Amino acid sequence: MTAPIIIVGAGQAGLQAAESLRSEGYAGSLTMIGDEPHTPYHRPPLSKAYLLGEFTAAQLAIRTPEALAKKGIDLRTGITVSAIDRATKRLRLTNGDELDYAHLCLATGARPRPLPLAGADLDGVFPLRTLADTQAIAARLPSASHVVVIGGGFIGLEFAAVARKLGKAVVVLEAAPRLMPRAVTPMMSDFFRDLHIAHGVQVELGASVCALLGEQGKIAAVHTGDGREFPADLVLVGIGILPNAELAQQAGLECQHGIIVDACSRTSDPSIVAAGDCTARRLADGNLLRLESVQNAVEQGKSAAAALLGKERPFTANPWFWSDQYDIKLQMVGLAAGCDRTVVRGDLAARKFSAFHYRGRKLIAVDSINSPEDHMPARKLLDLGLSPAADEVADLSRPVNALISR
Amino acid sequence: MPRITYIEPSGNQTEIDLPEGWSLMQGATSNGVEGIEAECGGSCACATCHCYVESHADRLPAPSETELSMLDHVAAERRPNSRLSCQLKASADLDGMVVRLPICQS
Repeated sequence: MTAPIIIVGAGQAGLQAAESLRSEGYAGSLTMIGDEPHTPYHRPPLSKAYLLGEFTAAQLAIRTPEALAKKGIDLRTGITVSAIDRATKRLRLTNGDELDYAHLCLATGARPRPLPLAGADLDGVFPLRTLADTQAIAARLPSASHVVVIGGGFIGLEFAAVARKLGKAVVVLEAAPRLMPRAVTPMMSDFFRDLHIAHGVQVELGASVCALLGEQGKIAAVHTGDGREFPADLVLVGIGILPNAELAQQAGLECQHGIIVDACSRTSDPSIVAAGDCTARRLADGNLLRLESVQNAVEQGKSAAAALLGKERPFTANPWFWSDQYDIKLQMVGLAAGCDRTVVRGDLAARKFSAFHYRGRKLIAVDSINSPEDHMPARKLLDLGLSPAADEVADLSRPVNALISR
Repeated sequence: MPRITYIEPSGNQTEIDLPEGWSLMQGATSNGVEGIEAECGGSCACATCHCYVESHADRLPAPSETELSMLDHVAAERRPNSRLSCQLKASADLDGMVVRLPICQS
């Protein structure tokens, strides 16, 4: 029997790679190894619907074990790979086993960036990345009254919205001068600050956390550098993620803040591809792009499967993201960093608008608030490289869709 | 549990007994029914869980404004009976319902 294709990681990217291998005609042996005890599950609802009790854990599963078995995907859960020996094409597992591979797909994901402070390990301080993290938070939430969120990014703000809906007092501490500074423009940061304040969240910007204080091993307060104290019985730490690239790095694959891949998800080893949060993709201009999103996992998973079958399927679409906070749906396409002009379509006060971001005359990104009718065609505009003029995008009498088929 | 019949793009039919409260998307994807992508996991953010409702349409709640906007941008043909399956929740009324999945989602 020939050695299998092994996928290390059983998240969205790993699953996509496995299923794309099958749909593209690979009939050989296929093993997927996950370090969590679960079948692949949807992570996005963890910080939203799941914590609100709208979904059960079973509803998060992307596939049942039976559905995977039917496709001939041998899923092994609760197993961690400790080393890749590229010379002999063999994986070493932490349980001492060894597995030979013909080809490897690394979909090892990412882990929460730890808070490098004393007290970060106190009872009641949580990251939010996995189902287990979320279940631990869900178990603590009912008895919590003072929630402090460290980090005003997507995860922190989505959690803040959930905690407010559940009636908790919520403080968000963000070290930067504005919310979601890496992901959105200042205008959108201000919009979300106002939104959270209107919902009763205490938003503290420029607030760098210097200590977490406990009582009898339990979190009691968070201290900021300016000498303030915020009482807390539940702390959510959402200060970004670190790509799980160590396995690849130790095996000598090219890595830099992630496993370096090309547009077709190929690594520096022809037998190994990589997909999802663990990667840093080399762009045509030579720069590296790290994306943390479902779309990235799915697209790179598809590209990785194609590459293993000798086909080129480059991922070139513009990145898109979404976030749900209260009754607001944010949908973004493109990357707004470097924009020098923003045109607003719609009404900020009515919380229904889109911000079209330009660099020079080139449209580079569109952020939509409660406006999926703008977001979906905006994806097409950007992927086609179209840059409608400012007065056209601001004209509410004409749908964005009409700007495509000119 | 209400029983839902899914007709895959190939014509293959699968019947699934869905726990009440589960979305039709969750029932289909978790059981490996072909023809639904559901990239966003049921957040009504991606329009890749499009389906055609072939029966029981009168027992469904009307689509939200967000769902209607997303339906304008599904990849396959939009028809009067188009819905996003992540927004359809299984209930006893829907026992025997049939949904058809489109040829493409993205």
